Amino acid sequence: MNVSRRIVLHFPPNITEQPVVYRLVKDFGLTFNILKASVSPGEEGLLVMELSGEQKNYDKGIKYLTETGVEIQSLSQDVVRDESRCTHCGACITICPTEAFSLEPKTRKVLFDHNKCVVCGLCVKACPPRAMILHF
Amino acid sequence: MAKTIAEINEKIRKGKAVVVTAEEVISIAKEKGVSRAAEEIDVVTTGTFGPMCGSGAFFNIGHSRPRIKLGGGKVYLNDVPVYAGIAAVDVFLGATALPDDDPRNKFYPGEFNYGGGHVIEEMVAGKDIRLTATAFGTDCYPRKKLETLINIKDINEAILFNLRNAYQNYNVAMNLSDKVIYTYMGVLKPNLGNANYSTAGQLSPLLNDPYYKTIGVGTKIFLGGGIGYVAWHGTQHNPTALRGDNGVPRRGSGTLAVIGDLKQMKPEWLVGTSMLGYGCTLTVGIGAPIPILSEEILRYTMVSDADILAPIVDYSEAYPQLKPDILGEVSYAELKSGRIKVQGKDVPTGSLSSYPKAMEIASILKKWIEKGEFLLAEPVAPLPGVESGITFKPLKERPIGD
Ligand code: SF4
Ligand code: SF4
Repeated sequence: MNVSRRIVLHFPPNITEQPVVYRLVKDFGLTFNILKASVSPGEEGLLVMELSGEQKNYDKGIKYLTETGVEIQSLSQDVVRDESRCTHCGACITICPTEAFSLEPKTRKVLFDHNKCVVCGLCVKACPPRAMILHF
Repeated sequence: MAKTIAEINEKIRKGKAVVVTAEEVISIAKEKGVSRAAEEIDVVTTGTFGPMCGSGAFFNIGHSRPRIKLGGGKVYLNDVPVYAGIAAVDVFLGATALPDDDPRNKFYPGEFNYGGGHVIEEMVAGKDIRLTATAFGTDCYPRKKLETLINIKDINEAILFNLRNAYQNYNVAMNLSDKVIYTYMGVLKPNLGNANYSTAGQLSPLLNDPYYKTIGVGTKIFLGGGIGYVAWHGTQHNPTALRGDNGVPRRGSGTLAVIGDLKQMKPEWLVGTSMLGYGCTLTVGIGAPIPILSEEILRYTMVSDADILAPIVDYSEAYPQLKPDILGEVSYAELKSGRIKVQGKDVPTGSLSSYPKAMEIASILKKWIEKGEFLLAEPVAPLPGVESGITFKPLKERPIGD
């Protein structure tokens, strides 16, 4: 059986330079589609991807990732905005790795595109009035 | 033709005052010309809505039976410590106060989910607040312990008193280092990864009255959704900061101390705020009306985002080490375009102050004045201006000795 899931990988600084993703392809025969990457040497990296392959290879791939120290978060969670708390300040705009927030030029309101959100969670604590809420 | 505040109030009372927002005035005055616009427009309304740490509130909770003297004791509101070193049942709650057991930055960056600003918001929203207090007991105030719910509608006074609000211009914060930093200007990404700013620009009260010609002690304002007053110049008021040819400060400069009855304010305009890795604060809504007494005053209100420059400051080194260096200057028009160029790098911008809410404040104030519900107050003393020579001094540390 084939599976295809969207996942977020958090890389601790020491393994951002290892060819982790390459091994997913080579050793486990998985295919991937990178939705967002922000990895810079010496810092924590973040990779959002759609990972597909045979269920058992997929499981092995995930096990391998966990063993290398990569933290995996599935996208079964959801981030929503509490409209009554959002002040439309814009502090979230530069925080979001997938540009899910944008400014509406005329009203200068901050729009939130739920479809672009990959539930990385970064905006949840960076939003000053805590309007972004993580649902499990 | 010069007008007086009394004449403008007469028109407000009759429902005939012409009121426009500080955004609307820009195009109106360009279209009609300064002299006609100055004649026709009576009041320009401004607004700003951003985190303002210099905020807090006094409460008089009423006397218990038997009496307790909170002064000199320890008092908490929803576990947030308040200052009790005043009269028996008066306390002061500061926006940045944190519960004793908040982990702070022990787990870096700290989350700071609840503090003084949040208590103020809940208080204004009419929620019951837990007061816990211990005191030492005296002959006339024998009680040593008090635990009770209090509610804003039952206590004697609830007074918002913000010692420093409404900064006239402010820094644009960036990060030159190679790691993320967590500041009162938000999360700053390494290597000039983003730029955060925090004023409403062309709508901001003191940017529309750069020389404090109309806003003074006693000016009646929109404060936290209700009515408040300018109480004094704010702390760190710095009228002698660098100014452009248009008179507009190019650095953080003037500030306001404001006061008002918290009981008539609204929680939408006093929002408890958490700055990741930095602490708690209160986001405050303020709007000041500017009476158009002359062409000169109108001209100041025509200031637009393109005319206001702000300094870009590195918060990884220059700010914490109190170095005067800046990375350059940028206009609010550029900042609001969403991207600026800094040291050859294209950088996304974000804001901590909400322009749509500032706009809403200016519009609410406009409506109040148009409906005759809000009369202007004549200032009783001016704010210190450029001629005062007041500057913003650093601390001179001196050894205490042994
Ligand atoms: S940071 Fe929070 S309050 Fe500000 S615009 Fe984003 S979601 Fe809204
Ligand atoms: S959780 Fe927030 S920061 Fe992360 S992708 Fe979604 S909107 Fe963007």
